[in-house]
Amino acid sequence: MSASRSRLDRVFQSATALVVVVYALLPLGWLLSISLKAPGDLSDGRLVPGRITLEHYRAVFADPHFPAALRNSLGIAGIATTLAIVFGSLAAYALVRLRFPGRSLVMGGALSIAMFPPIAVIGPLFDLWRRVGLFDTWTGLVLPYLSFTLPLAIWTLSAFFRDLPWELERAARVDGATRLQAFRHVIVPLAAPGVATAAILVFVFAWNDFLFAMSLTSTDHARTVPAALAFFTGASRFEEPTSSIAAASLVVTVPVVLVVLLFQRRIVAGLTAGAVKG
Amino acid sequence: MRVPREHRLGWLLCAPALVSMAAVTAYPLLEAVRLSLYRYDLRFPGTRSFVGLQNYVTVLGSAVWWQSVVNTAIITVASVSLELVLGLALALTMHRIIFGRRTVRTAVLVPYGVITVVAALAWRFAFDPTTGFVQGMGVLDRAWFDHRWSAFAVIVATEVWKTTPFMALLLLAGLALVPADLLRAARVDGASATQRFFRVTLPLMKPAVIVALLFRTVDAIRVFDTVFVETRGALGTEPVSLLGYDTLLRSLNLGLGSAVSVLVFVLVLSVAVVFIRALGATPAGVGAGTR
Repeated sequence: MSASRSRLDRVFQSATALVVVVYALLPLGWLLSISLKAPGDLSDGRLVPGRITLEHYRAVFADPHFPAALRNSLGIAGIATTLAIVFGSLAAYALVRLRFPGRSLVMGGALSIAMFPPIAVIGPLFDLWRRVGLFDTWTGLVLPYLSFTLPLAIWTLSAFFRDLPWELERAARVDGATRLQAFRHVIVPLAAPGVATAAILVFVFAWNDFLFAMSLTSTDHARTVPAALAFFTGASRFEEPTSSIAAASLVVTVPVVLVVLLFQRRIVAGLTAGAVKG
Repeated sequence: MRVPREHRLGWLLCAPALVSMAAVTAYPLLEAVRLSLYRYDLRFPGTRSFVGLQNYVTVLGSAVWWQSVVNTAIITVASVSLELVLGLALALTMHRIIFGRRTVRTAVLVPYGVITVVAALAWRFAFDPTTGFVQGMGVLDRAWFDHRWSAFAVIVATEVWKTTPFMALLLLAGLALVPADLLRAARVDGASATQRFFRVTLPLMKPAVIVALLFRTVDAIRVFDTVFVETRGALGTEPVSLLGYDTLLRSLNLGLGSAVSVLVFVLVLSVAVVFIRALGATPAGVGAGTR
């Protein structure tokens, strides 16, 4: 009785797991299917492609716009992430380790910006960037990404920093190290995994942005992947190259998803940081 | 003697973050308020002039604005409530499942790593009559992007797919706080599974639920990417962010567009305040990166 019950439970749990996996992967599976379909089969309505071709992937990389967008996205999101992590670490260290009257201002500021609607600043930024020459440049996107990812960086980093063994820092200072030395040689190595996690979260956020990219860029000079996907026209300007868009979408999605899955445990901890500790 | 030094160091360390956060939000927001008081159309650069609250009168008196507010409300309410139900189910699954636990916890993170534009494209292609497979599947056979409500359905489905995992993870964190002893005691006292869930688990999870709802609601009001990709605002699906974008960057009407932007800001702010006041949400710091 108990054995058959636990067996039934196992079947039920496996079925649930399967449903969740299908839920998570179906849209990507559909993109994969479209990206592999031979041109004549695009409208066959079949979930699994009949004839398989890699020509759409070749087309994506032969197109001049896509590699440029990829470069822009990696560069802009990379720079914004680096800056957000450096500034965020400094602030998070202060929030966790120091008592000073500005703590609530920083926390409150971060909270407000997390809820801030980007559309509210699009007009002035567009106007200002055109006048000061930041329109359609990397800097023009790095700046808003930095501001809008800092709350995420500050929160996840302070949650990770709070759990570090700070007695070690004190011990190092008793042994004669300065605050900076103790920080660099004791705390930084211990904090590295948390910092890496925060960096992934920040990168995903900047990598995902569409509104700023659509508003503040106009050419391959700074246009990022999400905006390029929306503008992708391919060889013919009259027909949307669905299969190439699908191929390009997968090319930019798979590496990020793999990194996220690789760091799964830490990312879950980072995303929910603060929810538990309140 | 030591205290002021610590203060100074604290300010110094927070300064770069504070300045960067304020530079691209506080200052441009003030600038948006200023621009919203002008007639300022980039197509007619010579006509810039102070018009007071005229732009607000125009926006608040237009059917297009109110339509977009209703559209935003439809998308927000539908997606957040669906996400809450699905997210709770998913959180309970992740909490209880033993067999396939790792698989489930890994799989839910996939949508989080997918760019919103990519997710929207995938859903659009799936429901599109020429490229999709959904049309032709029995009860689902209909022209999804020909009617307002079915277009909303696809938009909401995309939003739900993309952000339910985040909701579920927040709720799972809250679920972990419910003491197992308490549930066991309730069981001994004869409470059914349903009673245990609604009388014990859910009340104890309330703070986590409220924080998750607050962040997802505020996030959903800002919806832009999904609608842009799937309908471009056609069929009466345009949300406020898209209206603001079109006024600012398609019509290049910075005065009128800034008025829309400021109103969107006020809308988001009031929803956040209502949430925090009415429900006692105290988000100490969570989930800035819901997408």
